[in-house]
Amino acid sequence: MSRNPVAASLSMLNRFSGSPLVHRLGLYKPAQLIARTAAREGIKAGVALQRQFKATQKLMRPERLDKVAKPSDLFDLNISEEQQMIRDMAQRFGREVLRPAAIKADHDRITPEGFEGQLAELGLAPFAVPEKLGGTATESSVVTGVLVAEDLSYGDLGLALAGLAPIGVANALVRWGSADQQAKYLPAFTGATPPKSSIAIAEPRPLFDPNELRTRATLDGDGFLLKGEKSLVPLCESADFLLVAASLIGKGPRMFIVEKGTAGVKITKEPALGARAAGLGRVALDDVRLPGHAILGEGVDACDFTELVDLSRIALCALSVGTAQAVLDYVITYCNERKAFGEPISNRQAVAFMIANIGIEVESMRLLTWRAASRADHGLPFHREAYLARVICAEKGMEIGTNGVQLLGGHGYIQDHPVERWYRDLMSASVMEGGLLL
Amino acid sequence: MQLEIPKKLSAVIEQAHMVATEVFRPISRKYDLAEHTYPVELDMLASLMDGMKEGDGLGGVGAGKLKREKAATRGSSVRNGTNMSTVLGLTELCWGDVGLALTIPRQGLGNSAIAAVANEEQLKRFKGAWAAMAITEPGAGSDSANIRMTAVRDGDHYILNGEKIFITAGERANVVVVWASLDLNVGRAAIKSFVVEKGTPGMNFVRLDHKLGIRASDTATILFNDCRVPKENLLGSPDIDVQQGFGGVMQTFDDTRPVVAAMALGVGRASLERTRELLKERGILGGYERTLFGSTAAEAELYRMEADLEAARLLTLKAAWMADNGIPNSKEASMAKAKAGRVANHVTLRCLQLCASVGATETELLEKWARDSKILDIFEGTQQIQLLIIARRLLNKSSAELR
Ligand SMILES: Cc1cc2nc3c(=O)[nH]c(=O)nc-3n(C[C@H](O)[C@H](O)[C@H](O)COP(=O)(O)OP(=O)(O)OC[C@H]3O[C@@H](n4cnc5c(N)ncnc54)[C@H](O)[C@@H]3O)c2cc1C
Repeated sequence: MSRNPVAASLSMLNRFSGSPLVHRLGLYKPAQLIARTAAREGIKAGVALQRQFKATQKLMRPERLDKVAKPSDLFDLNISEEQQMIRDMAQRFGREVLRPAAIKADHDRITPEGFEGQLAELGLAPFAVPEKLGGTATESSVVTGVLVAEDLSYGDLGLALAGLAPIGVANALVRWGSADQQAKYLPAFTGATPPKSSIAIAEPRPLFDPNELRTRATLDGDGFLLKGEKSLVPLCESADFLLVAASLIGKGPRMFIVEKGTAGVKITKEPALGARAAGLGRVALDDVRLPGHAILGEGVDACDFTELVDLSRIALCALSVGTAQAVLDYVITYCNERKAFGEPISNRQAVAFMIANIGIEVESMRLLTWRAASRADHGLPFHREAYLARVICAEKGMEIGTNGVQLLGGHGYIQDHPVERWYRDLMSASVMEGGLLL
Repeated sequence: MQLEIPKKLSAVIEQAHMVATEVFRPISRKYDLAEHTYPVELDMLASLMDGMKEGDGLGGVGAGKLKREKAATRGSSVRNGTNMSTVLGLTELCWGDVGLALTIPRQGLGNSAIAAVANEEQLKRFKGAWAAMAITEPGAGSDSANIRMTAVRDGDHYILNGEKIFITAGERANVVVVWASLDLNVGRAAIKSFVVEKGTPGMNFVRLDHKLGIRASDTATILFNDCRVPKENLLGSPDIDVQQGFGGVMQTFDDTRPVVAAMALGVGRASLERTRELLKERGILGGYERTLFGSTAAEAELYRMEADLEAARLLTLKAAWMADNGIPNSKEASMAKAKAGRVANHVTLRCLQLCASVGATETELLEKWARDSKILDIFEGTQQIQLLIIARRLLNKSSAELR
C-alpha cells in the first residue's frame, strides 16, 4: 500500500472535491476552501497510508498545537469564519447523512456501510493532525471540535460518537503523544481510511469514578502488565488500537496504547441503552503485556489524566447539546402540528412551558460547554468549567430526553419518531466517561 | 469565541464589589429590621455615582444608563458596552444587598424608561431625577396591557386618574413614570407613559407595603385623582398608533430583564459562597474531584447549584452582549430572567437548609437572602410570563394563541 506521499495527498484532495457526496450536500464551496488549505499544507508534508503503524518519518520532538491567541479580551460569542465554514459542513452532514442513517444504525448497533468513507470525505480528521504530520492543524481547536460534535450529534449521537472517537485519539496523541508515537500513528489519520480507535476509560462498576480505576498497570520488566475491564468503548470490535486508562501502581491513572491483536485482550459486544451506532463494546484485559513505549507520552508522567478526562467530558457534553437541540426542534414542529381538544397542543401552557424550559436548558448546556472549551483553547485552567458543564449536561440532558418523549405522548414511545432514541442516547451520554475527546 | 469577562470591565466589578462589602453588607441587617427607614448611607454613594461617567467604573452601572445599540454592521468589531457593565456591576451590588441596590437614589427603573424613550428636551429636564416606575395596578399586574388608569387630554395637560401599587421607590423617588391609557377602548396601543413629579396636586401616597424581603426598598401605593400633568411630560409619541402599539414600551423590558437576572445572580452567589464557607467547617470542601454521585450529598448539592448559577450567569451575559451589539434579544433576555430568577431563589433556599438552624437565624444573612431572592422571580415579569415570552418565540405563536 505504500505510495508516493504527494500522490497520496493529491488523490485525497481529488476524492474530496470530486466526491458525489460533497456535491450532493452542496458542500462544494467549503470543500474547495478546505482543499485549498489541504493543498497548501498537506502536500508538502505528504501522507502515509499504512495500517501496520510504522513511522515513515522521524520526529525530533513531538508536534504540539499552539493555544489560540485571543483576538481581543472582549466577551464574544461570535465564531470565526473558518469555524462557521466547518459548521456549515458539519450541519449538512448531520442533517442529511447522519439523521437518515440513524434508525438502522441504532438497530444494527453499528455504523452503516460506507460510513467511514463518507466521514473521510468530510475531512475532519486532518484538522486534528499538525501540518508536519500531514494534517492542517496549527492551533488548539477544542471550540471547533465542540461545534462539530454538536452539529453531528444533532444528526445522530451514536454516529457522531463513532465518527469522532478516532479523532479524539488523534487529539490525545497530538496533545500528549511522544515524537515516536506521533510519527507512528498520526499520519494515518489524514488518509482515506483513518484508523479506527477510541478512548477506553469507563469500567463496568456502579458509582464509577475515573480517578479510582480498577484496571491496573504494573511495571513488568521494561514494559507494563495491564489487568482489568473497560466498558462502553466506541468502535470496540473494529478498533485498530485503543487508548486505555489504567492505574499505574504507585503513580495513578495513565493512558496506554493497546493495539489490535495484543495477547490477553478480549473484546466483546456490549449491547447498551443508547449511542448504539457507535458499536459499543467491553474490553477485558487479562495480563496484557505492553512494551514500555505503549504508555501515552514521553515517560510515565507526560499525560495529564485530569485534563484528558475533562476534554473528554467536554466532548460528551457537546454530543448531549446537539441531541438536546434536536429534541427541541422536533417537539416544536410536532406540538405545533398535533391537535387535541380542538387546537394545537402547543397552545396549552403545560406543553408550551415544557418547550420553553427545554429551550432554556439547551442553551445552559451549550454555554457551559462552550466556556469550558474556549478556556481550554486559550490556555486557561478549565477543570472547574468542564466539571460544571458535565453536571448540567447530565442533569438537563436526562430531563430533556424524558420530556421529549412526554411531549409526543404515546407516539413518543414508538420508534416511528426519533425522540425515544434521543431519550436513550442522552441517558447514555450522561453516564459515559471517555469514548472521545476534543 | 471568548467567554471571559474583559479586563476593561474589571474596574466596574471591583468598585461595585467594594460598595457591596463596605457600604451594603454592614447595614444590610439594619434596614431589613428597620423597614421603611430611608438608608441615609446611600446619599454619599449616589453622589459618587452621579459624578462618574460611563466607563468610569460604577458610572456605567445605573439602570438609567442602559441603552440599546444599533445593529453592528458585519465585520465591525464586537462591543462590550453599558448593558454588560450594568449587568456585572449590579451582580456585585446585589451580592451585597438587593434591597439597598434597588433604592440607590437616581438609579430607579423609571430612569431606564426615561433613558430609553425620552426626547432631548425631556432628557435635559429630568436629568438628575430619581424616577420610579408605576405600571402595576390592583387589577392588572402580569397583564399590564389591561391597566385601567386613564389620561385625558385637557388643553396643555393630561388629567390622570387611577391607582398604582407596588411602586419600587415610589415614596423616595422625586418623579414617577406612570402608565395610563388615552382610550380604554383601544387597548394596548393607547397606553402611554407620563412623568409625574412628586408633589403634583392629585397625586396622593396611600401606603407603604410590609414585605417578605428587600425591606430596605420601599414599595408604595399611589392614588391619582384628577392629577394634571403638563402635556410635555408624555414620553414618546402622543398619537395612538395601532400598528406600532405596545412594542415601544415593552422594548424597555428587553433591556431591564437581564438586569434583574443579574441581581438574582448576585444574591444567589452570596448565599452559595457563604454556605461554602460554613460547610468548610464541616469538612465539605468541594474541589471538583469526585464525580457528582461519588461526592457527599451536600457537596453534590453545591455542585448542582454552582452549575445552575453559572448557566444563569452565561445566559445573562449573552443577553447583555446581544443588546450591546444591536442583536434583538427578547427571547434571550427572558431566558436569562427565567433561569436566573428561579435558580437564585432555589439556591438561597437550599443554602439555608444546608446550614440548618445557622441558615434560619438572624445571626447570618442566609435567611434574609432567602427572602430577598423571591422577588426576583416575580417583578419585571414573573417566571411564568418569561416562559410565555420564550414559548411564543420558539413556537412562533401570538399572544392570542398562547395565553
Ligand atoms: C416588591 C415589589 C416591587 C415591585 N415593583 C414594581 C414597580 O416598581 N413598578 C411596577 O409597575 N410594578 C412593580 N411590582 C409589581 C410586579 O411587577 C407584579 O407584581 C408582577 O408583575 C406580577 O403581577 P401581579 O402581582 O398582579 O400577579 P398576577 O398577574 O396576578 O399573577 C399571579 C400569578 O399568576 C401567574 N400568571 C399570570 N398571568 C399568567 C398567564 N398568562 N399564564 C400563566 N401564568 C400567569 C403569575 O405568574 C403569578 O404566578 C412590584 C412588586 C413587588 C412585590
